[in-house]
Amino acid sequence: MRCISADSKNRLYFYLGLLVIYAVLAIAPAFAQQDATDVDYRPFPKIGSRSAAWIAAQLHLLFGSFILGVPMFAVVIEFVGMRTKDKRYDKMAQEFIKLCMGAFSTTALLGGVLVFVLIWCYPQVMNRLTGIFGPTMIFYVILFFGETFTLYLYSYGWDRMQGAVSKMWHLFLGVLLNVFGTAIMFVSNAWLTYQTSPAIMGPDHKPIALHDEETGEFIGTLWQAVNNYTWMPVNIHRLIGNIAFGGAIVGAYSAFRFLVAKTKEDRAHYDWMGYTGNFIALCGLIPLPFAGYWLGREIYMFNNTMGINMMGSLFSWLFIIQAVMIGVLFIGANYYLWSGMTRIKGGEIYARYRPYMIAIIVLCVAIWMTPRTLIMSPKEMAAMGGTNHPLVGFFGLMTAKNTAVNIIILATFLSFLFYRRSGKAPTVGWRKIGNISIAAVLGLAVAAIIAIGLAGFKVESDFRVNVLTPVQVLIALAVMIAVTVTDLVMYRKAMRSNDINWGQMTDRSQYVLILLAITFTSLMGLMGYARSGLRENWHIFGVMPDTSPDAFTPLLGDAVNVIAVIMVIFFALVGFIFWIGLWGDKKKAERATVTAEVGVGDD
Amino acid sequence: MNKRLSLFTRCLILFLLVWLFLRFFIGGVWSVPLPASVIAMYVVLILLAILVHVSVEDDRFREFLRPIKETLIDDDKKIRRIALGTLIPLVLLGFTFSKVSTKADPPAALRTAHPAPPAELKYGDKVIGLTQEVENPFRHLEKDDKEAFKAHAENGRRVYYQNCFYCHGDDLDGEGHFAHGLNPLPANFQDPGIIPNFQESFFFWRISKGGPGLPPAATPWDSAMPVWEDHLTEEEIWDVIIFLSEYTGYKPRTFGEADH
Ligand code: HEC
Repeated sequence: MRCISADSKNRLYFYLGLLVIYAVLAIAPAFAQQDATDVDYRPFPKIGSRSAAWIAAQLHLLFGSFILGVPMFAVVIEFVGMRTKDKRYDKMAQEFIKLCMGAFSTTALLGGVLVFVLIWCYPQVMNRLTGIFGPTMIFYVILFFGETFTLYLYSYGWDRMQGAVSKMWHLFLGVLLNVFGTAIMFVSNAWLTYQTSPAIMGPDHKPIALHDEETGEFIGTLWQAVNNYTWMPVNIHRLIGNIAFGGAIVGAYSAFRFLVAKTKEDRAHYDWMGYTGNFIALCGLIPLPFAGYWLGREIYMFNNTMGINMMGSLFSWLFIIQAVMIGVLFIGANYYLWSGMTRIKGGEIYARYRPYMIAIIVLCVAIWMTPRTLIMSPKEMAAMGGTNHPLVGFFGLMTAKNTAVNIIILATFLSFLFYRRSGKAPTVGWRKIGNISIAAVLGLAVAAIIAIGLAGFKVESDFRVNVLTPVQVLIALAVMIAVTVTDLVMYRKAMRSNDINWGQMTDRSQYVLILLAITFTSLMGLMGYARSGLRENWHIFGVMPDTSPDAFTPLLGDAVNVIAVIMVIFFALVGFIFWIGLWGDKKKAERATVTAEVGVGDD
Repeated sequence: MNKRLSLFTRCLILFLLVWLFLRFFIGGVWSVPLPASVIAMYVVLILLAILVHVSVEDDRFREFLRPIKETLIDDDKKIRRIALGTLIPLVLLGFTFSKVSTKADPPAALRTAHPAPPAELKYGDKVIGLTQEVENPFRHLEKDDKEAFKAHAENGRRVYYQNCFYCHGDDLDGEGHFAHGLNPLPANFQDPGIIPNFQESFFFWRISKGGPGLPPAATPWDSAMPVWEDHLTEEEIWDVIIFLSEYTGYKPRTFGEADH
């Protein structure tokens, strides 16, 4: 009896998924056309149109983020493998892409579902958007073809294209895959950012509307609609976010495999892979707040009311939850790094700094999380003598928060530095001076960041927003770069006391990896609600009002419920894909043992 | 000393010390009491920090858990078991009771202190312009005609001490003699989180429309801030805004200017 191997099963699903999405893409315009004449809205049964579109869109986005993020670092890792001639890197990159393949058809399917829901429930909106963005939608389909086939070649050609020359071609395919993926995201970002900010930036940052004030008729060009206020900031924010998210999910996958691993080799392999995933997630996480800051600024400039709604009013509590999540991310990431030091002989010497680092990070997280408007009863308010606490009230201001987050980032960087140094001893003659100057530079940077933060309470907010905050960020970035370079030189010819005992990790640290992935996912869910909710009762802000029964902005509590449902579905699907992957590996392992036995018999 | 106290006990002491510090030191000795929600948040954080510290390494984690295990299993810890077995449910009972018992004071509320202004800035029914774009018509005098600017600030001072200081205080710190009868409390303009964070048009809107003009997002709409457009002219409102920023030294937010 021949059974279908997991590989060909995967391929089967992949093709089926593709077929469905192509069918959807082919029929979709016809649907949209038909509807142009009559109804404005059709209700989605039971859960309502808003929830249906919301769930489909957010799930599609989570999967999409994963399959766009993973190839970015997979190519880099493959390249590292080629340069260092270390097969392990190549194998890891391949494993990442396999996960990507598993998620690809699900992404496409969810995209199809989303298109169907939108066309069914919101025909007029879709009609209007297709009217403006029609050509980009065709472009999107072409890009999608490109993405599909490059991913296909890249993944299935992996084992075959291992020769010196064909490896270069293979890498080229990987880069091409990323070009397609990024382009796809940029195109679809144009549609939704246009809905939020249908205007372009004119001279002196004043928005220029793309619509006739009286009739609401579109009077701009396609490129203007694409290149609207928030397009680029959202592009960059999502690009970086995808890397972080991809890393986090891959980390969770590795943690899962680590926890179920039966052999020592497997544990070692997945420990290493989880470490890599977490490292990638951190690399994405650190610049993410800065990209978010830019996006927020752009939203303020497009429409001040929208900006105040986001940070000061309608969504301000959401940003408190976001702050809590980001606090969890940083504490979790540090926890994982510190756990990692226990598997390196010689890492113990850094353990004595840990309590202080925890104290600093927790203190900063506390400042970072303290809301501007405290939750309190009238009695408590009376006892406090005002709405703001004379001490803690200052923590609620942006200047305190920016200071805190910069210090958290530097502390996390220091954890990483300790991790890197664990088990190694520098041999260069100037190591003492080197260490002292690194410590001094870090200390001075923290002092400077705090001083600037304190000044921020006094100065005009324009000066703070445009000068002080960027300077704080630049100090943190410059110090991280300078210290990394010094450290690299110092440890280039370091003595290694011992290698890393991959696989000697606590199970707890693996659960932390999974927690990080969950936190990332919920953050994306929350921010999705904010990004979309900022439009309030508009399909296209200020141009096309939402007149359906779903036009209201859901309360934070309701939104969190929907996001929770989305997360459960997402992790169920992802878990299924991971599980299928496990299954394929088992088959392979069995086959390997069988052939080995046969081989023995033949001898 | 350290030898005799187990890691668990030391952590427990640290935890209690932090709580005492937040609850009684900050709340009594140093400053005014913190709301319960803030204390809860900080206490959870310190708990997290302790757990992180003790659980990174296996050895330390085992040491931390040892007293718990001993209490649960060892034969000679029977008294401790019984004591904890009664104490913990009692504490939980007390906690639950304090949550469900009927209280006289209203519950804690999430309040949006600074709701977003409407897109159009109005004085009465007259549209002045887009909130985002309107500037204080007398602001430019600060550069162009210092004397005239001073006159506007002086007029603002008159307006303030005739109308606002009852609530917002003679030092603009929200400590007026009516203040403590009000909930929400009048704004404290000396707070660095108010004037620097908003444009002058925002304050024009808040002053002209007052509490009754609060938008839907600003529940529970119970502000005592009066509707000043019924009593003051447009110019008087702009003048009092100038006074607020001159007196406190805080400049209202503008957009884009510092870019050049
Ligand atoms: C009856 C008491 C009372 C008087 C008199 C009063 N206010 Fe207020 N004001 C309040 C209260 C209470 C608030 C806070 C609640 C709110 O935001 O509506 C407030 C809020 C404000 C705010 C909004 C501040 C912010 O943080 O957004 C401004 C501006 C303001 N007042 C200006 C004035 C000016 C100017 C006058 C005099 C012309 C004045 N108020 C007179 C009670 C008063």
